[in-house]
Amino acid sequence: MIPQRTATSSTLTLHVNDTAHTVTVDHRATVLDVLREQLDLTGSKKGCDHGQCGACTVLLEGRRANSCLLLAVAHDGAHLTTVEGLGDAEEPHPLQRAFEERDAFQCGYCTPGQIVSGVGMLCEAAEGHPSHATPGEVLQRSTGEPAELSRAEIRERMSGNLCRCGAYPHIVAALEDASGHVGPRSGTAHPASGPASDRDSDRDSDRDSDRDSASDAAPAR
Amino acid sequence: MKPFTFERATSPEQAVSAFAAQPHAYFLAGGTNLVDLMKLGVEAPGHLIDVSRLALDTVETAPGGGLRVGANVRNSDLAAHPAVRSDYPALAQALLAGASGQLRNLATTGGNLLQRTRCPYFQDLSAPCNKREPGAGCSAREGATRDMAVLGHSEHCVATHPSDMAVALAAYDAEVELLGPEGTRTVPAAAFHRLPGDTPERDTVLRPGELVAHLTLPASPAGARAGYRKARDRASYAFALASAAAVLALDEDGTVRHAALAFGALAHRPWRARTAEEVLVGTRADADTFARAVDAELAAAEPLADNAFKVPLARGVAVRLLTGLAEPPQPAANRSAGV
Repeated sequence: MIPQRTATSSTLTLHVNDTAHTVTVDHRATVLDVLREQLDLTGSKKGCDHGQCGACTVLLEGRRANSCLLLAVAHDGAHLTTVEGLGDAEEPHPLQRAFEERDAFQCGYCTPGQIVSGVGMLCEAAEGHPSHATPGEVLQRSTGEPAELSRAEIRERMSGNLCRCGAYPHIVAALEDASGHVGPRSGTAHPASGPASDRDSDRDSDRDSDRDSASDAAPAR
Repeated sequence: MKPFTFERATSPEQAVSAFAAQPHAYFLAGGTNLVDLMKLGVEAPGHLIDVSRLALDTVETAPGGGLRVGANVRNSDLAAHPAVRSDYPALAQALLAGASGQLRNLATTGGNLLQRTRCPYFQDLSAPCNKREPGAGCSAREGATRDMAVLGHSEHCVATHPSDMAVALAAYDAEVELLGPEGTRTVPAAAFHRLPGDTPERDTVLRPGELVAHLTLPASPAGARAGYRKARDRASYAFALASAAAVLALDEDGTVRHAALAFGALAHRPWRARTAEEVLVGTRADADTFARAVDAELAAAEPLADNAFKVPLARGVAVRLLTGLAEPPQPAANRSAGV
């Protein structure tokens, strides 16, 4: 006879921005709740809280995910990157810098989610993931090469991040600027190269010629 | 949200026995639909069994063609898999037409099949709904019916199944492998979801305590071409108003040798269009044939007050998809099928 379980809270460890946090959580708490209310990492925003707006986007094991739909109890031991882990005012991530240079926001509420999602999206493209905007012949070819990011591709791939201010044109421009600065996750099909610490270098270089160099191999530091 | 207990499954078999041991247990995988429904109060598990870390996470290719997909393979990984992209393009296109990048990274193959309808009355606790509370009545039938079913609905329920992926699986003659207290069994993907009848609370033929373990796809017919086409209110990140998946193989003289067609967003389940297929096979592949076949299928449609538009919309989606698949230049045709 299996004893019935009665606990409705658990103690677990989340690795957030390379720091381990051991927390006791109500099973109903989402990763977003824990980040904001227990770890004081309020960069990830609670917009809709139903996985529709993307303001809560984090990287889970290097891949973008809606943290409002992640039950913390199911993510014991997980590695997460939030917007705070991408860079700061002194040392911004190339995409954070591009958002600033392109004026890619108005009220700023969706911006952390846009930036984290953008880093995850550029990483997916570097790994050769297709999208709904990928032409059929390219979709079927599947070479493992990085995906070409036209504006239509960027818009499609970013459709999970809503901006009620309508800053989309500048968000797309910022993503174009940063697209050479995010490479695949390590261990994925397209070979990664170069240390993450170069990520500030060469930001004015031609985007297309820089694309394959993947000078910033890691999606986050 | 009601408090609940939690455990992480250690094997598929252990997950199935854990389900029987705890009252009101649910399996949790990607959580993109279940966690949302828990927040809405539509689902209120007493116990969650986390199956997301079970090793049902590989895509195996069979030597003679065919795929076996673990239930925990994420939608984004399945769409990006080289064998899916090259040999099952309608599946890749359907997956990529669904949800958002973030959600596809979380959503699993098994969970995609088991997602609930997005009928707004189902999600609204203040509205009577036979699917949520059998016998309560259907608010949708006399409510806003624009997004509701036009085929196979009943007086008790007019909801549609929201999956894109499942539509492609129906057209590819995929099968669902289930693990339950009595062992394993296999169900055709096209028969996995049900019509509502007088028990709309049951979306699928899944029995209590059964776990979706794998999907299998047979080898595509020789020379077959396939695609998925979706019409929706926005260009991206919206559920279908009408969609279609098709697998088409022609003889050298242009006669249809194999045709499989399935519709999405028209019914309580992906709608395999057997009547249309009967018209197509053995007939010359041209626009007239496609229109005649699709019309024969959609003759069974019974639109509600606000959704008569779905019938011509579905007709256009299917005819254009089939026409694109029948055109000689392959890359251009696939492009048209994928948009």
